[in-house]
Amino acid sequence: MGITLRTVDPGESTRAGEILRLRQEITRMQRRRSDLPLIPVHPALAPLFPDGGLQVGTTYALSSSPGLVAALLAAPSRNGSWTAAVGMPTLGLEALAGHGADLARLILVPEPGDRWLTVTSALSEVVPLIAVRPGSRLRDAEASRLSARLRDRGCTLLLVSSAPWPQSEGSIRVHDPRWHGLGEGWGLLEGCDVTVTAQTRRSPVPRSVRVRLPGALGTMESGIREAWTGEGGSAESGTVRLATTETGRAQLLAAAEEGTAAEAMPFPRLKAVV
Amino acid sequence: MSDQVPSRVLVLWFPDWPLRAALGPLPHPPVAVVHANRVLACSPAAREHGVRIGQRRREAQGLLPSLRLLPADPARDERGFLPPLRAIETEAPGVQMLRPGLAVLRARGIARYHGGEEAAARALLTHLTAAGYPEARIGVADGPFTAELAARGAPPAPSAEDTDRPDPEDTADASAYRIVPPGAAAAFLAPLPVQVLQDPEIASLLIRLGVRTLGDLAALPVLDVRDRFGIRGARLHALARGADSRPVTARSPDPELAAEIEFESPLAQSDQIAFAVRRTADEVTLSLATASLVCTEVRIDLTDDDGEVFSRAWLHPTCFEAADLVDRVRWQLESLAATSPTADMPSGIASSSARDRPFRGIVRVRLAPIAVDDAAHHQPGLFGSAGDERLHHAVSRVQTLLGHEGVVMGALTGGRLLADRQQLTPWGERVVPARDPDLPWPGHLPAPLPAEVFVPPRAITVRAADGGEIRIDERGRLSAPPGLVDGSPVTAWAGPWPVRDRRGDGDGVRGDRLQLVDVQQRAWLVLHAEHAWWAEGRYH
Repeated sequence: MGITLRTVDPGESTRAGEILRLRQEITRMQRRRSDLPLIPVHPALAPLFPDGGLQVGTTYALSSSPGLVAALLAAPSRNGSWTAAVGMPTLGLEALAGHGADLARLILVPEPGDRWLTVTSALSEVVPLIAVRPGSRLRDAEASRLSARLRDRGCTLLLVSSAPWPQSEGSIRVHDPRWHGLGEGWGLLEGCDVTVTAQTRRSPVPRSVRVRLPGALGTMESGIREAWTGEGGSAESGTVRLATTETGRAQLLAAAEEGTAAEAMPFPRLKAVV
Repeated sequence: MSDQVPSRVLVLWFPDWPLRAALGPLPHPPVAVVHANRVLACSPAAREHGVRIGQRRREAQGLLPSLRLLPADPARDERGFLPPLRAIETEAPGVQMLRPGLAVLRARGIARYHGGEEAAARALLTHLTAAGYPEARIGVADGPFTAELAARGAPPAPSAEDTDRPDPEDTADASAYRIVPPGAAAAFLAPLPVQVLQDPEIASLLIRLGVRTLGDLAALPVLDVRDRFGIRGARLHALARGADSRPVTARSPDPELAAEIEFESPLAQSDQIAFAVRRTADEVTLSLATASLVCTEVRIDLTDDDGEVFSRAWLHPTCFEAADLVDRVRWQLESLAATSPTADMPSGIASSSARDRPFRGIVRVRLAPIAVDDAAHHQPGLFGSAGDERLHHAVSRVQTLLGHEGVVMGALTGGRLLADRQQLTPWGERVVPARDPDLPWPGHLPAPLPAEVFVPPRAITVRAADGGEIRIDERGRLSAPPGLVDGSPVTAWAGPWPVRDRRGDGDGVRGDRLQLVDVQQRAWLVLHAEHAWWAEGRYH
């Protein structure tokens, strides 16, 4: 297992804890379907999510990393569910297959252009997990219509975009990549150590794991022995995440964790966890 | 049993059908169809050299070393027999296939129509000769067994084995038919050997008992034969007496499934055509539904005002409905528009309308179902099984929106370059890997593989640290270590590894690969070919 950062637990601040509790209650009541409550993720990423998987019927904002998209699509695909990738003409299919995705159950819409929203909503009827790189910006009304539809159909959207998505369940970022295996004119790429940080509405404090994506076998590997020292940018990227969500809900969220998450991301404590 | 009077039937026999099905029209070179080391059928040319049906393969090869051997394929024989059946059907309905190469129909109707069995047989032979089956023989008798023997015993048209063929009238007149008058079956069969019963076990026993001809067998009392040989023997006895009670069950003719629409004035815009075709598509699906069939593959022929026909077959993962057919017509029109030359267009047309009407006009659209399936296999399930159907509907909707190529499925193929190792097939088409992915493909990349693949490879700048050009010489040596990739400094690199891909006609890819990691920790796979640098993929 990777290293989990758990800096705040809901009981620590009563106000934040109350908000979290209420939010979880809302999620529970909003859930339409009893079957398949979660989209499975790779075991290495499970500690990032409070339930150990992606919530059904929600949107996650992803940083632009085809490797992460591949890893997230592969996990449900190997369980036999259909997946789709919209607007990603350069997705490496062989790498995707290396992650364990079943290409016979992967629908590709490489160039939807401006009609990505229509395509996505049509596919959301039947495909439980869709990765989308939006071709254009969305108006708020359209976004909330899409969100309602996703919730209704139980489809999870992975939105690969640098622009913030107003109603996302959370964000998953990949940062601090470090490639191994290559030297000055010798070697062969063996793998890349990355930090995957997820922040969801139900656990507003970012959690991170250090994984190897891709590993030497083309899959995701956990259990990196190398001690992570949290060099330079890590601490910032951990906290910057809160600043990226700008809508009212995110502000509420930020208000809830005021004084707990934003400033006091206690990296010394991380050391203690290691 | 003896009271039953068999009905008059007409048997059509196509000699050496397995050869005809495998090789096409006569004449054939010396060929034999072999199954389980025995000759199943042989061409007349082989027969001249002593090759016989039932011979061992080695014996046949010994008689004629140049003999070409073909494996038996009953499915091919049966498939091949469909066209002659259809040809017979156009002349006389109610034909039944006894086995490939042997068809039977009730003689009454056709004899009455043509005014006599002889005239009917002659008319059928003329028709078959015109359809390309001059070798057919006809026997008319009481019951299929006698009729088959009559057909086989029909004197071969004297010219049938010659290479120079007389004109159709002559062949038909050359008495390639034989008619056994009603009630004369027993007399016709009497001199024939018992082997014609096609039951080697009983036949050999009969011969040992001294019963050599069908006449001898027919002379035995029914009860004695039944006591000695059981039901099977009694049946053979009945056959020998010319009392074949096998009924003829007619094959129902193929329903007319194809439909076409003609436009009075040529239509040029795909929307217009799609709108007009809607009713034809409904007709096709309706005629399919009446026959309890669904269509899984359809051919669409578009005829333009010059008389040129643009034809294409479309597959469907489940089955076509009217809207799907209309979609396919539209896609075909769009692909036609994309490929047709724009040179002969009036110059005044703006580019936006040019997209709508580059082909000059379609006058006829024909929808012909190629592959049909029983509708019962495609009924939506009551519980549970409807998932794929729903999926298909949703994806088809997207396809309607974006065009046929808009929704694709990926598959892995063989190859050396990354772009070659994956292929995209439009949703609903059969995935056929262009190259076998299981072959070794020396020179392809080991895992981990780039998560981003550029198809086709994208041009990229790779330079030395001082900004100079990098060359790779014949021995695969770099003139300078790579220092910059895509504008950012390189921190680690490896290579070059030669890639030699001589696919097709020799103008394959001859290049060298490098892996580069830049300062931003982006890992690139670049290819140096034809004095230029290409990015094949990016790892992250």
